Amino acid sequence: MSHAKLALGPLLYYWPRQSTLAFYADMVDAPVDIVYLGETVCSRRHELRLSDWLDVADACADAGKEVVLSSQVLVESESDLKTLRRIINNGRFRVEANDMGAVHLLTGGDTPATDWIAGPTLNIFNPSTLALFADMGATRWVAPPEMSRQQIFDLRAGIKRGMQVEIFAHGRLPLALSARCFTARHFNLQKDTCEFRCLEFADGIPLKTREGEPFLTLNGIQTQSAHVHTLLGDLPAVTADGIDILRISPQGENTGDIIRLFRHTLDGITPPAEALTAAIPLLPEAPCNGFWHGRPGVEQFVTA
Amino acid sequence: MTSARSIELVCPAGSLPALKTAVDHGADCVYLGFKDATNARNFSGLNFDDNALKEGVRYAHARGRKVLLALNTYPQTDNWQRWTAAVDRAAEFGIDAVILADPGLMAYARKTHPQLRLHLSVQGSATSFDAINFYFEHFGISRAVLPRVLSLAQVEQVIASTPVEIEVFGFGGLCVMVEGRCALSAFATGESPNCNGACSPGKHVRWEQTPKGMETRLNGILIDRFADGERAGYPTLCKGRFDVNGETYYAIEEPTSLNTLELLPELARVGVRAIKIEGRQRSPAYVAQVTKVWRAAIDRLLNDAAPFRVEPAWMAELNKVSEGQSHTLGAYYRPWK
Repeated sequence: MSHAKLALGPLLYYWPRQSTLAFYADMVDAPVDIVYLGETVCSRRHELRLSDWLDVADACADAGKEVVLSSQVLVESESDLKTLRRIINNGRFRVEANDMGAVHLLTGGDTPATDWIAGPTLNIFNPSTLALFADMGATRWVAPPEMSRQQIFDLRAGIKRGMQVEIFAHGRLPLALSARCFTARHFNLQKDTCEFRCLEFADGIPLKTREGEPFLTLNGIQTQSAHVHTLLGDLPAVTADGIDILRISPQGENTGDIIRLFRHTLDGITPPAEALTAAIPLLPEAPCNGFWHGRPGVEQFVTA
Repeated sequence: MTSARSIELVCPAGSLPALKTAVDHGADCVYLGFKDATNARNFSGLNFDDNALKEGVRYAHARGRKVLLALNTYPQTDNWQRWTAAVDRAAEFGIDAVILADPGLMAYARKTHPQLRLHLSVQGSATSFDAINFYFEHFGISRAVLPRVLSLAQVEQVIASTPVEIEVFGFGGLCVMVEGRCALSAFATGESPNCNGACSPGKHVRWEQTPKGMETRLNGILIDRFADGERAGYPTLCKGRFDVNGETYYAIEEPTSLNTLELLPELARVGVRAIKIEGRQRSPAYVAQVTKVWRAAIDRLLNDAAPFRVEPAWMAELNKVSEGQSHTLGAYYRPWK
C-alpha cells in the first residue's frame, strides 16, 4: 500500500469540445487525486476557452479533486501573455508554472503566490535551483521527464526542506516544442491557417523511420515519443523512493483503465508485472521506460 | 541613432585557431566553452583547456574584443561542483561574460563573483519579457539570447519591455525546436542537450552503404537514407526523412541554415544589441567566411549613408558554408512556421 497520489496531467492533444468535456466528466469519477487543466501546447487551440477550463476545474474540485491550472509552455505573443496573466490571477486554483514568465508573474507583484507548482519544463535539475524556487513559494516540483531515477533520488536527497516530488509516470513523452507546427506542415498548411487539423488525431500523428519503425509522434508544435513511457512495471522502485505524485498523461482511449491499473498496483491489488502486461493492449504503441533507468528514453528496460 | 559598434557581432570559437580567425575577421566578441559537458557543444576535439583559454583571452583583449564563455547546460546534483568551478575559472581568466541557463548557477555566480557579467543563454528558453525580467530581477543579467522562435514584431515587443540587452541568432545551424525544450537526442541516445551538451552525438552515429543506399543511423535508429549521387548529411535527428502516413519527407526540418542577413536593418531598428553566429563545431575556415561577410554587412549598415543592400556575393559566400547549401529566415518568416 503506497501513499503516492495519482495526478492526471494536462491534456496534450487537441480534442473536439464535446470529447474533451466528456473525458473530464469521466475523470471526475476516476481514482486520480489531482487534475491538471488547461491548454499547455498551442495557443491556437480554442475548443475550450479559459472560462470553459475553469468550469471543468469547478466540477473536478466539487468531486474532491485537487485542481491545478497549467500554464502554456511556449509563450510568444502579447495574447499568450494576457492568457497567462488570467491563469495566474484566477483567484481560486493553484498554478503549475511551465515557463519563467509564469514564475515571474506568480512570484512578483504585491501578493506573490506562496503555493505553486514548478512544472516539468522549468528545467530544474539540481538542489540549488530547486531551493531557489522553493524560496519563491514553489511547494511541488515536477521532474523533467528525461531525468533518471538516480538523478531524481540525488536531487531529492539534496534539498533540506519539504517539497513534493512528482514524476511523469505514464504517457507519450513530451520531447520537444517548436515555433513550427509539424501537423500543419504534414498537410502543407501554414500554422496561421492550419485548419485545426490536430482535432482529427486523438493521439497525434505517428512518425516512423523509413524502415517502418515507430519513432515519434507529431502533435502540432509538440513532438512526442511514439512509444508510451510507462512506469507501471517499475512501481515498487518508484514507491520505495518515496515519490509523492505520479503523473498520468491523457491518451486518446483507455485513460481511465490505465489510471485504475496504477491505483490497483499502488494499493497492492495487482502485481506490477501483471499490470504492465494488462496495460500493453491499452496503449497506442509499445511501452518504454528508458529515462527512468538512465538509458535512452526509447528503450524498454526490464530489470531482472 | 545606431553607432558603428552598437550591434555586436558575436562569433563562435570551437578552438584557438577559430578564435584568432574570428578576431582577425572582425568579430566584436567570441564565445567558447570548456572541454566538458558544461557547454552545449560538448564534442570531442572541440573547445578550450586552460592554456588555450589564457592565450585566447590575451589575443582577443589585446585587440579590444571580448570573450564570452558558454556554461549553458544544466548541472545535476552529482556534478554541481564542476559547473561552479567553471564559473570560478571564468572569473579568474578575465572572461567578459558567462552565458548561463541554470538559475541556481546564476545565483552562485552573482554571489561569488558579483563583478562577473551574466548573459542568459538561449538554453534558458526565455521567449517573453516576463521570462527575461525574471532573470534580471533575481540575478541581474545584462543580456539575453532569444530562442529562434519569435517574429520580428515579437522581438521588438520584448525589447520594448525589458532593460536587458537582446541578442539574436543571425546565421548558422538551425535548431527547429525551442532551445532548452528539446529532449529528442536524450530519447534516442541517452545524451541530452540540456544535461550533456550534446545533440545527436557522433559516437552514436553509423554510416552504412546498403543496396538501398547510404543509410545514416543514430543509436540504431534510421535517420535517413540517400540515393547514389545524393549528398548524405549528418544524422541530426530532427533533420532526417521519416514516414508520416505513407509519405516520406523531412517531417520536422530540412538540412538548412538560418540566415537573417537581409533582416539586419530591421534587427537594428528594433534595438537588437548583438547578432550571434552559430557554429563552434565548424572549422576556422567557416568562421572566417561568415565573420567576414557579417562584419562587412554590419559596417555597411552602420557607416554608409546609402540604403542597406545585401550584396549577392555575401549570400553566395554564406550559402557555401550553409548546411544543405540552403538557408531560411526561420521563425522570422511566418510561412516557415
